[in-house]
Amino acid sequence: MNTLESTQQVNQPSTHSSIESKSSHVIELDGVWKTYRMGDQDVNALAGVDLKIERGSFWAISGSSGSGKSTMLNLLGCLDRPTQGTYSLEGMDIASSSDDQLSDIRLKHIGFVFQNFHLIPQLTVQENIELPLFYQGIEATQASERAVSLANRVGLGDRLKHRPTELSGGQQQRVAIARALSNNPSVLLADEPTGNLDTATGDSIMALLTELHDQGKTIMMVTHEPEIAAFAEYQLTMRDGKIATILETPNRKTGVTPS
Amino acid sequence: MMSTRFFRNIQLGVKTLLLHKMRSILTMLGMVFGVGAVIAMLAVGEGASKQALDQIRRLGSQNIIIESQKPPSESGSGTMQVRMNIYGLLYDDLTRIEQSYDTVDRTVPAKLIKGQGRVGGRSIDLRLVGTTPNWFELVAREHLVGRVLIDKDIATNANVVVLTEHGARKLLVGRNTVGSMVKINQGYFEVIGVIKSESTQSGAMQTPDQQIDAYIPLDVAIERFGDITVTRSSGSRSRELVELHQLIVQVNSIDNVESTAAGIERTLSLFHPKNDYRISVPLALLRQAEATQRTFNIVLGSIAGISLLIGGIGIMNIMLASVTERTREIGIRRAIGAHRKQIIGQFLIETVVLSVTGGLIGIGIGILIPWLITMFADMPTIVTLWSVLLSVVISIGIGVIFGMYPAMRAANLDPIVALRHE
Repeated sequence: MNTLESTQQVNQPSTHSSIESKSSHVIELDGVWKTYRMGDQDVNALAGVDLKIERGSFWAISGSSGSGKSTMLNLLGCLDRPTQGTYSLEGMDIASSSDDQLSDIRLKHIGFVFQNFHLIPQLTVQENIELPLFYQGIEATQASERAVSLANRVGLGDRLKHRPTELSGGQQQRVAIARALSNNPSVLLADEPTGNLDTATGDSIMALLTELHDQGKTIMMVTHEPEIAAFAEYQLTMRDGKIATILETPNRKTGVTPS
Repeated sequence: MMSTRFFRNIQLGVKTLLLHKMRSILTMLGMVFGVGAVIAMLAVGEGASKQALDQIRRLGSQNIIIESQKPPSESGSGTMQVRMNIYGLLYDDLTRIEQSYDTVDRTVPAKLIKGQGRVGGRSIDLRLVGTTPNWFELVAREHLVGRVLIDKDIATNANVVVLTEHGARKLLVGRNTVGSMVKINQGYFEVIGVIKSESTQSGAMQTPDQQIDAYIPLDVAIERFGDITVTRSSGSRSRELVELHQLIVQVNSIDNVESTAAGIERTLSLFHPKNDYRISVPLALLRQAEATQRTFNIVLGSIAGISLLIGGIGIMNIMLASVTERTREIGIRRAIGAHRKQIIGQFLIETVVLSVTGGLIGIGIGILIPWLITMFADMPTIVTLWSVLLSVVISIGIGVIFGMYPAMRAANLDPIVALRHE
């Protein structure tokens, strides 16, 4: 735990902290619409979403399929731009950014955790964790140090040279979380992080996320399981491209300590 | 910084390619054979042309060779049993050429007579060459023993002979060469030296010297053997009168060779209406050989181009398949924050690694094959440095050109769609 905090401070970009001090909101969505053209008719995946996410908060987003939660996650992850409205992440305007600028924002401010882990099969655990640092152009020895400390942090310090296929699902997801943390992101986006795991393993992953939240990470998680959503501080439900409800979790689950 | 990242990119590319060893090897084969064939063919072509060019150069690129030839209209036209053919170069031609052209440095007349050399019980057929000391400067050959003809021999009409290595070995086994007397066609000649002969049997170009030559002063040849030769064939006798059989003209510089040759041609045509001579210019042959070589190179180049094109298309095909197969990986990399140009870079590097590795193996094969050809078929081959360097450049070029389209396709994938790809 100490290792993670210390490395976070070491690699904190200076511009990053200056932006952070401006506002307590990491994410601000204002009248966001996302419209897709399907055949000859327009489909509104998002129809006017307003949302402010405070730094260090832990959100669960749920909703039936077609409710717009995936679109929401893609948008929050800067993989997509709103058709209308404004989205600002750390005070940066996403709607008007170019593809290269979006890539840079993802590289520096976003950490993704996916349902299918999405590790790159030909790379070792360490190389997978180092990947964002590699794209940032961070020096190899420094990147390697950070990868090792993150691997230790998620309990996989002895699996650095293994390939993803040699690991269990839970271990792969831990590698994915370590990778998502390597760039010290402003927000960690998790898309059904426990969807491919059994309950016990899923709970240990949730415990890890809870721990990260306790250390001050902002986490946005899409899930359709109420038990998983119960780990979050706030539960957001979407319906027809709009925010239906936002509830504060009454009795938050905190999970077990990760092994 | 930039270079270490580039190096890591290459490392990762190699690693990815090694995941599918068989596929990578098969993909490279096109390049391997393409480049191998180019280098091997160029080496064989270069060797053959060098051989031809050497042969021509041995004739002397500054020389013009004029030979007497029997005019076609006179041969066999008469019905007389004994007849006299008068043709060929005249002693006067020598003077005319020497005096008409400033560009002429030296001239060498030669009278060629069939003869037989005898020493004791041994005898061989010789070609007597009556000539001047200049011969030995124009037809520069290694002196083995003694000396060659000098001006004094001409002035004193000395009965001396210079033999070739071949002749000396046949006639003078176990004797002191210099000072021995050789009987040639009823006359005795003193051997003053032995030279090497570089006559080659093969090829269109005949060198001025032959293995069976015996060189004697021109005036001695005229005095002893005259201008008339008699040949007997199936009962009939034919007589020929030829003053000079050969005239070698050395021009002062290569630039003047062709103009001088044209001038000599014009002068001679005035005095020789029967067209009883033949002018050959080694330089012109050289140019011709070089032109042939260029054509040959263009043909080889086209074949090479086609095979490399096919190799490149093969690589592109596999890379396109690879992009489809790795759509999700591309999606992950983009989601993490890889720029489009970094994706392009990744796939381009993989393609270039494939094409260059194939090219390098091809270069190895392209060097090995000519070596084997030289070893077993005894054909000269020359692997030129430029063909190797060119192959490396072309390999990189093919990787970049044929890798660009798959790489662009990878980079232009929508990350959201790519991530969902199964």
